[in-house]
Parts: sequence; C-alpha cells; structure tokens
Amino acid sequence: MSTMTAPRPAARTNVAPLPVSTLAAKYWMAITGLLLVAFVLVHMAGNLLVYRGQDALNGYAKFLKGMGPMLWIARGGLLLVFLVHIGLAFRLSRRNRQARPIGYQVERTLRASLPSKYMLLTGLVILAFVIFHLAHYTLGIVHQVPVKDPQTGGEVMRDMLSLHDQQGRHDVYGMVILAFRQPVISLSYILAQLLLALHLYHGASSMFQSLGLNHSRYNALIQKVGAAVAVIVGVGNVSMPLTIMLGLVGQGYQPL
Amino acid sequence: MAGATKLMNLTLHVWRQKGPSDPGRMVEYKATNVSPDMSLLEMLDVVNDELTEKGEEPIAFEFDCREGICGTCGLVINGRPHGPNKAATTCQVYMRDFTDGDHLYIEPWRAAGFPVLKDCVVDRAAFDRIIQAGGFVSVNTGNAVDGNAIPIPKHQANLAMDAAACIGCGACVAACKNASAMLFVAAKVSHLALLPQGEVERTERVRQMVYQMDAEGFGACTNQAECEAACPKEISIDFIAKMNREFMRSCTLSQKSRGDSGGTG
Repeated sequence: MSTMTAPRPAARTNVAPLPVSTLAAKYWMAITGLLLVAFVLVHMAGNLLVYRGQDALNGYAKFLKGMGPMLWIARGGLLLVFLVHIGLAFRLSRRNRQARPIGYQVERTLRASLPSKYMLLTGLVILAFVIFHLAHYTLGIVHQVPVKDPQTGGEVMRDMLSLHDQQGRHDVYGMVILAFRQPVISLSYILAQLLLALHLYHGASSMFQSLGLNHSRYNALIQKVGAAVAVIVGVGNVSMPLTIMLGLVGQGYQPL
Repeated sequence: MAGATKLMNLTLHVWRQKGPSDPGRMVEYKATNVSPDMSLLEMLDVVNDELTEKGEEPIAFEFDCREGICGTCGLVINGRPHGPNKAATTCQVYMRDFTDGDHLYIEPWRAAGFPVLKDCVVDRAAFDRIIQAGGFVSVNTGNAVDGNAIPIPKHQANLAMDAAACIGCGACVAACKNASAMLFVAAKVSHLALLPQGEVERTERVRQMVYQMDAEGFGACTNQAECEAACPKEISIDFIAKMNREFMRSCTLSQKSRGDSGGTG
C-alpha cells in the first residue's frame, strides 16, 4: 500500500518562498529569540553591578575583557544569532504582508495583544538602539565626557574610552555615570528599553508556542513568563539611566 | 408576539468584483424593512431579489447548508470573519445581532491563497490541495471494519474530535493578520495523528501538508490567536503547537527528501 502519493500542484501565488518552511522559520525565530533573551538578562545582571559601585562594575568588565578568545567567540555567536533573528524577521514579515495583498476595508483585531502587532516596529527600534549603544559604549564615538585636567585644574573633554579608575582598569562605571547624567542620552535609553520590554512581552511567551511547547497545565504560566521577562528587563534596564539622570546614583563620582 | 417585531433599515457596504481580474470596489446598498428574525444571508437574498428586479447583478456569496455545519459560507462582516457571534458561521448570523440603522461592511476572505472569484466568493481550492497532499488515511478497500475493532482511549478520541470539528471554512485565514492557514492545517494534522488509523502516515503527512500550505502562499503564524477567536468550531491554537511538534518530529524522522511526493510502495 502506498502512502502519501497525492500530486502536489504548483503554487499559483506570487508570495516569495522562504529559505525554509514557515514552521522551521518560526523554530529559528524562537531559538534565536530565546538566546537573545538570555543575553539581555545576563547583560542586564552585569550592568546592575553599577549599584554596587565602581569597583564591582569595573572588575566585572575586566573579567569579561580577560576572557580573550572566548570573548570573541561569544561576540561572533551573538552577532550570528542577531543576524538570523533579524534576517528571518524581515523575510517572514514580507511573506506575511504578501500573503494578504488586499486588506480589509474594516480592519479589526479580535484577540491579538498590542505588542504582538508591533513586533517588527519594536524590533527595528531595538536594532537601531543596539547600533547606537555599540557606537556609544563599545566604540565611544557618540560623545565625549568632561574630565578635570591635572595640569590646569580646568575641565577638558575626553574620549569616554580613555577613562581609567585608580587601579588602572578601564572605567566602565565612569562611562555609565557620565553618559547617563545627560538627559538626552538617558531618555533615549529609557525609550528603547520600554520598547524592548514590549517586544519581549510577546516574544518571550510566543517562542514556547512556536516550538510546540504547549500544555493546558502550563499555558497560563507560559503567558506569565513573557510578562515577567518584560517587566524584569523593563524595570531593571530603565532603572539605571533613570536613577543616574536623577542623581540618585553616582552623584559623588568624579573622573580621574 | 406576531406582528410585534420592529422592522429594521440598514446600510450595506458590499465588496463587488466582476471577476478575478476586476479590481473590485465597495458598493453601498440600502436594506429596508428587514425582519430581525431573518438570517444575514436571507437579508442578502432579499437585497438580491430587489437587485434582480432592477436588472442589476445580484451579490455573489457562497452558502450551502445554512445550518453552520458545511463550512461553505464565509463573509467578513464589519471586520469579523463570520460576523459578531462567537462559535458561529456566517449563516448563523441573524439580523437581531445588529441594530436598526447600522452600517454593515461585507467583504470576502482576504488572502493570496484565496483569490476572489466574484464579489464575496473566494476560491478555496488551496485547502483541497492541502488535504490532497496528506490529509487522508490510506486504507485498502473492502468490507467495512467493525467500528469498535480498534480501541481508542476516550480522552484521545475527544481530542481528535475537537480537531476534526474543523469544517474547512477558512475563517482562520481570513482572521489571521498574516493570512496564515496554520489552524486549518494543524486541525487536520492533529485529528489524523491522534488516531491509530492516521498514526501510520503521521510522519509524511505533516511534511506534505506543511509544504503544500507554504506553496499555496499562506503566511506564517505569529501566535496572536486571531484564528482561534474567529473559528466557528472553536478549534484551539493548542493544535498549532501540536503541528509544530509533529513537523519537528517529522524533520528528524522522515526518510524522504523534500519535494519527493511519490509513494514508496
């Protein structure tokens, strides 16, 4: 007895095919999304050391820099994950738009959550933010910071990356404090983090469904995971620019 | 209560399209002296009678049983596939569900996979081709077997029946922001995979049906559950998760390469 012998007629639509099936594309979105959520949480945990002071944060930064080749493997892996997530997101959203070439006169949403409707938009803002964030803290090319000149005693503007603490370590703490004292920088970070939280609200629970991890006993819990991740990341990441901008943290800091 | 019902007057905005290549447009009609006890389709029948009398082309829409079981009817009414009622098809919408003076926007299913044939009638042959690709059980013909010959646990039978309740109307596609057919395909994949008769071809079935679904140009799932909200048979998106598992399992177990649709004999 033969199985599955039905002919497969050619498709008639102009919808662009994906590199993989729509289901596999969603698996990859979920897997890369999970890895990115893990990165965001670890990154936030490291950053929160700013509340434990200059020594803690600069020590952590030195530890990361000291990982040598491991650091570059991690960076390369992260970049790859980012590219797959973003690349597939573009392909999927293009396909999804093509799948409905003519829309409805009356557009109505029955159940979809607000964040779920704006994943591409929030994702694009996050991408723009990541590029800005790298230019800001990793490359140090966004702005300079005022530092006291040892010779004249007056203030001179210096590159952020040139800051060092008393032990001669790269002064990440100083970079964070000096940058977030500027309201424009702080507010742009706060806005980006709120949009990231919205993105995670949908993404961090939706990934379970895409991977088929769905069970009536756990579905309510899975829905809460997305909300919890969004709140944790939102509160944690917004708190830093906010408290520093308001002078609640690092008020007494002076760069060397 | 006879004679006590107040007749209604409504304004209809209906999608009119002469044929597949016509760009189409919304056209306004007045529906006057409508009984609230009429069904929406009966109201359209009356409007069509008036159009025919005036020598105009009546509005084309699909229906068959008008009992909510066949899956033929399907209109998007004020942005909702199958109209305002929960767990009901278009033919189960009654004029009492609306208020006198209401404007009704009546549109066809919108999807690249469901091209409009005329007015509010779309071609849903894509669903037939998805079924042909794997939505069946291969059995030798002969005497009918005893219905109770294969024992099936009650909860399994219930779950299979929940999925099998799908009438293939396409409201899931119409409701989905991405015009995705996942709920339909998931219902068919799950219904057969849950039963011993369908278990044999389980691995190939999900692959063939998913590839056909993709070839038909439907969108991908973004887990927004719009389909579940619109489904007249209340099929759960839990079945989409099950299809995701089935497809993942198939990707690792299948002996066949992609595109090979021939039988192994």
